Amino acid sequence: MRIGLFVPCYVDAFEPEVGIATLELLERFGLTVEYPYDQTCCGQPMTNTGCHQEAAATEALFVKNFSGFDYVVAPSGSCVHQVREHLTAIPQTDEVKHVRAKTFELVEFLHDVLKIEDLPWAAFPHKVAYHSNCNALRGIGHARPTELNRPFFSKPLNLLKKVKGVEIVDLTRPDECCGFGGTFSVFEPAVSAKMGYDKVTDQARAGAEYVVSADSSCLMHQKGCAERLGVGLKYIHIAQVLNGAAA
Amino acid sequence: MSADDLTPRQTEGVLHPEVRAPSDESERGPGGERLQHAEAASKPIRADAPREPQPRGAKVRGNRPIDQAEAAERFLAAPMHQKAHDERLWDVRRKRDVAAHGIPEWEELRELASQIKTHTLTHLDRYLEQFEAAAQANGVHVHWAEDGADHNRIVLDILRKHGAKSLVKSKSMLTEECGFRHFMAAHEIDVIETDLGERIQQLDDEEPSHVVMPAVHKTRLDVAEVFARTLGTDPDNDDAHYLAESQRETTRPLILKADAGLTGCNFAIAETGTVVTCTNEGNADLSGNVPPLQIHSIGIEKLIPRVEHLGVFIRLLSRSALGSPITQYTSHFRGPRPGTEMHMVLVDNGRSERLGMEEFWTSLKCIRCGACMNTCPVYRRSGGLSYGATYSGPIGLIIDPTFNKRKYSTLPFSSTMNGSCTNVCPVKINIHEQIFAWRKVLAEEHRIPLLKQGMMKAAGAVLSRPAAYRAAIQTADSALRVLPRFAVYNPANTWGKKREMPHAPRQSFHAWYRENRMKKGQDA
Ligand code: SF4
Repeated sequence: MRIGLFVPCYVDAFEPEVGIATLELLERFGLTVEYPYDQTCCGQPMTNTGCHQEAAATEALFVKNFSGFDYVVAPSGSCVHQVREHLTAIPQTDEVKHVRAKTFELVEFLHDVLKIEDLPWAAFPHKVAYHSNCNALRGIGHARPTELNRPFFSKPLNLLKKVKGVEIVDLTRPDECCGFGGTFSVFEPAVSAKMGYDKVTDQARAGAEYVVSADSSCLMHQKGCAERLGVGLKYIHIAQVLNGAAA
Repeated sequence: MSADDLTPRQTEGVLHPEVRAPSDESERGPGGERLQHAEAASKPIRADAPREPQPRGAKVRGNRPIDQAEAAERFLAAPMHQKAHDERLWDVRRKRDVAAHGIPEWEELRELASQIKTHTLTHLDRYLEQFEAAAQANGVHVHWAEDGADHNRIVLDILRKHGAKSLVKSKSMLTEECGFRHFMAAHEIDVIETDLGERIQQLDDEEPSHVVMPAVHKTRLDVAEVFARTLGTDPDNDDAHYLAESQRETTRPLILKADAGLTGCNFAIAETGTVVTCTNEGNADLSGNVPPLQIHSIGIEKLIPRVEHLGVFIRLLSRSALGSPITQYTSHFRGPRPGTEMHMVLVDNGRSERLGMEEFWTSLKCIRCGACMNTCPVYRRSGGLSYGATYSGPIGLIIDPTFNKRKYSTLPFSSTMNGSCTNVCPVKINIHEQIFAWRKVLAEEHRIPLLKQGMMKAAGAVLSRPAAYRAAIQTADSALRVLPRFAVYNPANTWGKKREMPHAPRQSFHAWYRENRMKKGQDA
């Protein structure tokens, strides 16, 4: 099984430890993971703004980098959602279709493909609020969103339950968007920041010490909001927790 | 989880005041019990509390694109209003969840409703003809209006023929769409709204801000102020019963002596030629049953084939809207009472054009429950008037541009596309995907700001060239310039105004990988 690691641009630049944890975690399961050296981005910023043509070259580069793999794994629900649902600015060759179908977000890859049973190295004895990124939650089906009358399930919580000592706290508005929303956060800063403040407030009130998420973009935004509010919450990516990060 | 569990577990002093402030998102009655009737559940604000002027909606300047973000920012700058608005609508959303989860076949019902609407819309011509024939057989005069102006003219003609000077109207978003109130005022016809929320909006000369709760953006004190100004009530008394009763006392006589009544339509049944309206105040019944002349304005997308289909929608409508099992009054209007006349006006106003739009036609399934607005985090923090359009919130984002592509070109960007709207929609409109599709259409037609498109071009150029990308992010400072703010086209740092900037790490993942994982001689 050839696995290509995709480290999204903002993870590459701002949260390299998330990329490192993802790589190390996959290796712990005995997988050989390759990192195509010329990768950049999935095209989401442009597509999100409606500028599909402007995303075409970036999409083509993505496919060129990753078409040789059986699976592409990335620690970002929103980038995976982009690849799977919206990588459409270039002709849909078999190669493109293959890449789109085989790109997995880390949590679902561990949960659905590897079906991991155990994380013996992982312990995180803290009160944790889990943040569901909207694209991961409703776009690629990480969990059952509160709106739907379907049986409850949650892939990230299933994984976190395997980590020793994790205590999950409940939020009042568990899967309300935090306001990052890609370019929304820069084009509508007032509403975006208010949503972030409300999210952070909910997390703090629930008694969380840490906020864990499968998306660095949401975390980056929430962290910025928490620091501005002076709330002492800490933000960490699920890849790091599952890889055995200590606090 | 009950609201009592939500007390802060962290010690005072550690937390920011915003976090410490008590949060009680549920509405409670005098005995502390949780109120279940969302429409009656606005919190009193003590008259001696500091007053905050009600923020007004978007500045509408002809056909110029609406600046929703600007209006939203002003709404956010009125924290009492913003908080009340957000919490009240979230409470309704929660009640909706409880109601929806209480019906095991909920998701099947949604699917069924969606299919009935798909079927009707794809055979609309047939059902409209059937409806017209059935209504005529019931003794109803049927009219066809191509657009809003047409609708207004037809109604005015009917009124003139009867020498009618006053008309009572029960809430109809369609007539808002047609600019009916202003048109009638210009022709010296008195139009009186009978829905409480709509009446408040009329007295304050504002549009409705929500399809189900037209005055939801107002606090009780705002209403007290409007009523004091227009009805002569006590400006310091914001008791809900006092306010509602004052409105009733002043409006009832107008209803009783009105020359004509006009209602909107929730469902129009092709089989029987019947119009069905759902209200919680019984006001459609007053408009329909009291005056001697009765008019119903019907958007052509309101058709459903048969009576037996109605139950599916009735079960979904109020649960989705307010979390209550059913609206208080579900009234069927079929034919004129003896000695009176009944008219139905079937209005297109852009609907058949929308029906031909491949990506957007399913928006015609909408039954106007407002659930997508209640769940929308942007709507809850912006207020419905910030959209500067008849329809606000998620459904507004996708239908407003079909009315006017230039004026509403910015609205599809007032969303994080989180998808919650799609999940609550009782007729399963893929709302957030249509928002996404609109952005593409607008960008292709160059209806997004040139600078924004230019920035995306630049971002695309950097992100598709590995070398350029590496150079751009190789130092922390330049990465900060390129990544979170790559799209910022104004000189102000919109990210940093309200949020701390991300702390740039020592090295990128890419650099770490080269240092730690690349084999010798493999350097790229
Ligand atoms: S789009 Fe759906 S959720 Fe929104 S108002 Fe219409 S029917 Fe209700």
